[in-house]
Amino acid sequence: MDLEKLKERVLTLVPEAELEENKQFLTFFIPAGKLHATAMQLKEDEDTSFDYLFCLSGTDMGKYLMVVYHLESTKLNHTLVLKVKTGDREAPAFDTVCDIWRTAEFHEREIYDMLGIRFTHHPDLRRIFLDENWVGYPLRKDYTDEVNIVEL
Amino acid sequence: MKEKDFRDNETLETFKRTGEGILLTTIDDIIDWGRSNSIWPLTFATSCCGIEMMATGAPRHDFARFGIEVYRASPRQADVIVVAGTIVNKMAPVLKRLYDQMSEPKYVIAMGACAVSGGPFYYNCYHVVRGVDHVIPVDVYIPGCPPRPEALLYGVMQLQRKIKLATITEAVKIQKVK
Amino acid sequence: MKEVIHTPVPSVEEEEYHINMGPQHPSTHGVLRLVVSLQGEIVKSLKPHCGYIHRGMEKMCEKDTYPQIIHLTDRMDYLSMHINNHAVCLLVENALQIEIPERVKYIRTIMDELCRIQSHQLWWASFGMDLGGLTCFFYGLRDREKILDIWEESTGARFLQSYYTPGGLMWDIHPDFQKHTKEFIKYFRKKIRDYEKILSGNVIFRERSRNIGYMSKEDAISYGVTGPSGRGSGWSCDIRKHHPYALYDKVEFKEILYPEGDTLARYQVRMDEMYESMHIIEQLIDNIPEGDYSAKMKAVIKLPAGEYYQRVESARGELGLYCISDGNKSPYRLKFRTPSFSNLSVLDHISRDLKIADLVAIGGSLDLVIPDIDR
Repeated sequence: MDLEKLKERVLTLVPEAELEENKQFLTFFIPAGKLHATAMQLKEDEDTSFDYLFCLSGTDMGKYLMVVYHLESTKLNHTLVLKVKTGDREAPAFDTVCDIWRTAEFHEREIYDMLGIRFTHHPDLRRIFLDENWVGYPLRKDYTDEVNIVEL
Repeated sequence: MKEKDFRDNETLETFKRTGEGILLTTIDDIIDWGRSNSIWPLTFATSCCGIEMMATGAPRHDFARFGIEVYRASPRQADVIVVAGTIVNKMAPVLKRLYDQMSEPKYVIAMGACAVSGGPFYYNCYHVVRGVDHVIPVDVYIPGCPPRPEALLYGVMQLQRKIKLATITEAVKIQKVK
Repeated sequence: MKEVIHTPVPSVEEEEYHINMGPQHPSTHGVLRLVVSLQGEIVKSLKPHCGYIHRGMEKMCEKDTYPQIIHLTDRMDYLSMHINNHAVCLLVENALQIEIPERVKYIRTIMDELCRIQSHQLWWASFGMDLGGLTCFFYGLRDREKILDIWEESTGARFLQSYYTPGGLMWDIHPDFQKHTKEFIKYFRKKIRDYEKILSGNVIFRERSRNIGYMSKEDAISYGVTGPSGRGSGWSCDIRKHHPYALYDKVEFKEILYPEGDTLARYQVRMDEMYESMHIIEQLIDNIPEGDYSAKMKAVIKLPAGEYYQRVESARGELGLYCISDGNKSPYRLKFRTPSFSNLSVLDHISRDLKIADLVAIGGSLDLVIPDIDR
């Protein structure tokens, strides 16, 4: 499916989606509540069939926390990027996509470990790299640790 | 290592302070000869230095000819633990437990810049232990990132010279104190 | 007489117990802890515990400059070090839209393929050793030393070289590089037949790996298992074919696919990939053009603000670098999408109802490198 049709398809599914200009892949910001339904639709539909989630990452953009989903279709060879954001730093939460793409189980645990973002209905949300009793979320920009980090 | 450095016994003698009779030093020599020529390490490799350790065991730089004949998987049967690779905060208690499970006499070689002092991960890292000597006492430090196999062999030979300093009377004294 | 009260005692087969294949274990290829829930000798479920080598590289990248990040990527997946370096260099070069000389592209492709052969040699050595054939360890590492010699001549180090820089290479190759590489390929073509005689034809090996650890193509796509492990299930996922970089669109090579999806298929994919890598090198080694070994770059590299994604095919699978830059000399956020992280997630699913000895074979066939998981 070419880029124009893909853009129209996403805008039909989620009218509130905001297109980001001048990016390497076709990129949309979608509202967090519509994430699971949109993702399911994009995977199940025959003419989009995004069955491969090749990167799931989280970032602290300062004002908001953002999670980025890089999707690809193995049959139709097109790529799409979905982003969701939240301004809530105390208890950020999104819906999980583990039931759609099984690779998300580990990636979402990593985002929870590093940034503190919870994923509702995740089968096993616990820290993956750091100890269970580690305090703080290292990849946040306001993370300081006088004991462990030696600044250059 | 040059052979004359390896056989340099005067330097070793100045470290020895036993002053015991001829019989005990001969027994010491025999025991030390046995111990230093067959130190069996524990299979312990965390990261990249582990591959260089495996390469030292490979046919080109074969360290079985130095006495490191087999790797023992169980800490109870090992003599030396070669800490090859970075130690992080989550792994440090595991390393301490392994070291405690080894039986006397035991030695530690810190291989690679990460084990010596934290290495390339010294700055800006929240999870790395900067030097394995924060966790267990180290006998020989081998710098390098990663150290060449020849450097690891040099380090092992230094350890062999250090083992020759040990005496059985000191070991007996430790037991009496306990 | 007192009545004897019978309480039913569970028979041995019904009890389930957990054992810990702890971080220090000869066959977990690094510090991976697996808590295996067993019933007798059958694996019922498996929980991997990672983080025993988590060095916080993504946080460190936010303070390091781009040339310094190359040294970190070396140590992330230490068996495909050139390919990891290549990913960072391509990210910078594509973002700044720099044209690199042809000579650099040829040398980088040849070094990448040598890296792939070397990684598969070490994988074969440790896979054979895990299954009990200690000969494989000695043969694999003996032949790997020849590649390390070639590298040491040109780059100065045997291992973890950091030879690529954004814009080109650190310095030019040694004059004998082409001669020694051709000699190595002639030598290795004979030796790889020995490997096939030792392991591939061995009846014990075949019984231990056929129909063990079956992974379907849909599972591979859903779990994101790329690389030789995914191609062993019939999924065509080679980045060198789908999104070519360097000279991969100009050389001719086959993408190896085996549809069976078991351990033996994943093994065969890697053995055949070694042949294909040698074929790629043979096409390129005599035609290296003259020229500069590096394009002109500024002293301080700053990427323009924006987001960049670069994918390369490492020896384990698809390595992705996702960079968000705000115009400074360090990235604002650099995320490594490493292949072993996704490959590990499928281990639980494919080792259900198999014996614990098979678990070792499956773990070896997935070719996990633990610092790649933990970064």
